[in-house]
Amino acid sequence: MTLITNEFVLERLQNQFGDAIRSADIPYGMLTLVIDPDRLLDIMKFLFDDPLMKFRFLTDICGSHYPDLKGEELCAVYHVHSLENNVRIRLKAFLPITNPDVPSLTPLYSSANWMERETYDFYGIIFTGHPNLTRILNVDEMDYFPLRKEYPLEDATRRDKEDEYFGR
Amino acid sequence: MSTADITISPAPPGIEGQGFFATTLEKTIGLARANSLWPLPFATSCCGIEFMATMGSNYDLARFGSERMSFSPRQADLLIVAGTIAKKMGPILKKVYLQMAEPRWVLSVGACACSGGIFDTYSVLQGIDQVIPVDVYVPGCPPRPEQIIDGLMKVQELVKNEPLRRRNSPEYKALLSSYGIQ
Repeated sequence: MTLITNEFVLERLQNQFGDAIRSADIPYGMLTLVIDPDRLLDIMKFLFDDPLMKFRFLTDICGSHYPDLKGEELCAVYHVHSLENNVRIRLKAFLPITNPDVPSLTPLYSSANWMERETYDFYGIIFTGHPNLTRILNVDEMDYFPLRKEYPLEDATRRDKEDEYFGR
Repeated sequence: MSTADITISPAPPGIEGQGFFATTLEKTIGLARANSLWPLPFATSCCGIEFMATMGSNYDLARFGSERMSFSPRQADLLIVAGTIAKKMGPILKKVYLQMAEPRWVLSVGACACSGGIFDTYSVLQGIDQVIPVDVYVPGCPPRPEQIIDGLMKVQELVKNEPLRRRNSPEYKALLSSYGIQ
């Protein structure tokens, strides 16, 4: 069995999708691609079905917020694992905060269901096509997305939570 | 330990004479209730571990009549909340409290249950007294078993001296309605 390399995966994706692969980097030996959010599901399907690559395991979906990147403030990050080849890759889809829509991966991976709910819960990324996109960890009444970098840091002068009050 | 070391609860104040002892019904019931509190441990984190030590043979909470831990709210008198209560846990805690029969008491164990503690954040309830009334607060992060025992003895003191009509009083009803109960 031949083990696939990062370069092999990148070349195969670039041949198939061309401009939808916006940039590629290999930080710490892990192939990281920035992709066109609209093509996400096609790219994931291709990675899943390709007889050589077989990225059949979705390790994680998470989000991040870059308030300074105008027009692409939010980012959905996908980690997929090819168990047969023991290769992991990371895909990033940058989204505008005004319209943070990205296709849901639930048709492809059942495990995406809760991961996407969690990412929606904390960052407000809308996964279109998700069967039940509601909050999963926070209270249902919450009307904000707590991990967005929109909130001031704690006032450094407050004194009501110092160690001495807690026996520490 | 010889039997001489074992003390029994002192009798409430009353009138004593040859062959009789008279006191109020209130004091008698208070004495009985205070020495047979059945706690419901609602333990969510590290304070729960300290509470386990308190229940164990070294500290032995059973000495105070709290031998039986009740894991059913219907058969519990005292709700012991030990640990961080997330906002999502708030309604569940309240439901447990509502399922307890009157008279019921609440002991809040540890900084998190009392005030949110170090978890000054969007997901943590800043003190269980935001959802249910609390009788005794035990501070500490986490409190030592001695402190939890002290808290329980403070609850016993409250139980002993509680008027029988307190739970029917307008003040108590106002307290409950301030929490949206009944």
